[in-house]
Amino acid sequence: MSTVVTRVRRSFGTHWYAWAMVLPVVIVLAVLVGYPLGRGIYLSFTDANEANVGRTIGVNHIEATYQFVGLDNYWKVLSGQEGHFYSRLTWTVLWTASCVVLHYTIGLGLALLLNRQVRFRALYRVLLILPWAVPAFVATFSWRLMFNEKYGVLNAFLSGLGLDPVDWLGDSTLQKASAVAVNVWLGVPFMMVAILGGLQSIPGELHEAAEMDGASPWQRFRHVTLPGLRPVSGTVILLGTIWTFNMFQVIYLLIGQGASSESEILVTYSYRLAFQGVRDYAGSATYGILILSLLLVFAVFYRRMLTRQEATTR
Amino acid sequence: MSSTTVRPRGRGQRSRAASVALHTALICASAISLFPVLFIVFVSLRGRDGWQEPTRFVGFDFSNYTHILGETKFLTWFGNSVIVALGATVLGVLIAATAGYAVSRMRFPGHRPLMWTFLVVQMFPMAVLIVPLYNILGQLELLDSYAGLVLTYCSVSVPFCAWMLKGYFDSIPAEIDEAGRVDGLSPFGTFWRLIVPLARPGLAVTGFYSFITAWGEVAFASQFMSSEDHYTLAVGLQTFVGQQKAEWGLMTAAAVLITVPAGLVFFLAQRHLVAGLTAGGTKG
Repeated sequence: MSTVVTRVRRSFGTHWYAWAMVLPVVIVLAVLVGYPLGRGIYLSFTDANEANVGRTIGVNHIEATYQFVGLDNYWKVLSGQEGHFYSRLTWTVLWTASCVVLHYTIGLGLALLLNRQVRFRALYRVLLILPWAVPAFVATFSWRLMFNEKYGVLNAFLSGLGLDPVDWLGDSTLQKASAVAVNVWLGVPFMMVAILGGLQSIPGELHEAAEMDGASPWQRFRHVTLPGLRPVSGTVILLGTIWTFNMFQVIYLLIGQGASSESEILVTYSYRLAFQGVRDYAGSATYGILILSLLLVFAVFYRRMLTRQEATTR
Repeated sequence: MSSTTVRPRGRGQRSRAASVALHTALICASAISLFPVLFIVFVSLRGRDGWQEPTRFVGFDFSNYTHILGETKFLTWFGNSVIVALGATVLGVLIAATAGYAVSRMRFPGHRPLMWTFLVVQMFPMAVLIVPLYNILGQLELLDSYAGLVLTYCSVSVPFCAWMLKGYFDSIPAEIDEAGRVDGLSPFGTFWRLIVPLARPGLAVTGFYSFITAWGEVAFASQFMSSEDHYTLAVGLQTFVGQQKAEWGLMTAAAVLITVPAGLVFFLAQRHLVAGLTAGGTKG
């Protein structure tokens, strides 16, 4: 017992400075993230909705009457009773995968082009970064105007070419493709700049040595460039996946808040549960916790995969 | 020096055809990235109904701009966005700076969990926090107020700033700290007098990025700010193109006015941005 006390005291003696410096952040995170998260988890075990949460109307205070229902919400969602989870999950995964793959490959391609000695390189770089400088909600609205069936510029081009107009945001397959296109337009610049930074950090001697040994351009790309990019790629793909999985603005603003739509991803669906019609706080919280768990599992596996890869190449 | 008569193509030189292909590819990509932006500027200059004829080059005037500046609440929304985003950024950077430094330089029990927390919190979908925060702010009567939204955005900006700043502090050599300690500064003195001035560009970029994140946030703002006078730009812009009416002319003019200031600052900051974002991750 006394050894524990002395150990704690000694540890406090050496580390109090560090703890004092992180204290403000810990308090803020506990209040603004920890407590709401705890409440969210609690709500997901109840049947709370708009009608039974405690609220104050004028001077009257109405007590909360929602009840603890245990794992009921999770069971309903995961067993498919609630009926939307697996279709949304499939589309969310497809959306994330297609966006991230396109972001990365296009970003890598453009970065490789920009990494050469090419005239007007600075100009190209600025032009290609431009979409990143546009706030996502502004860009989404702009694309919605361009996708407009009757007056949109894309259909004007098509009719100029003698083709029939397309209802870009109408049927659900095209809607999904349009959303992916907008998100790719928005997300490529970040990948490009990040990968360009990675390319420039690969020492030129490595390429020269490979060339001396008679490596073809493809072999050099495969065995010098890609391994050299690994640290950057690892991080940007992780970040990109998380951002895309949670990408609220594009889906919500492009497809609109109308009635049930198949192109909604998990995040927008959870949002709609909470704030449209009869507000289903418990259901929304359940979805939120499920999304978070999925991302956490992904992040842990991804990091483990990266470390294993590093270990095998070394 | 031996002069070579037949020079083989060396590294960095390429055939004419390859050059043409390279430039074509770059020009196409630039056109795709540039077109939507130019198109919006173009439509915004075409008057209120000009958007219905997107391929005609007539009827240029500034009526959309004068209308949104004079007859809508655009400027109020602009002010609201600035207040809220600035509040979240300043609070975020101030609170996060010391923690970022401590995590970067000191090894203490709780170090790894804290780094993990910073990373994990950035993964939080807003869907997890929005309902509890909505209820909590409602109980505190902070819904539809600047303070409520600033606090909400802090839940995003604080861990993000700490993560980014840790990356910047890592890039400052530890010898500087040691020199400060030898000269008799306390750890906090070292941080405040030596590291903060050196990290000023990093602080600026971190602040800028969390500003832009708050500037473009839609989900929280749409629900938490219910009166028109408290709308932020992201909410206000939705009112131009709602279910009933579609004032695309006004929308495009507003879009240009929102993008220009943000875009200008963005180009000044972007070089440092990526370095900061990826540095925190690789050195975890």
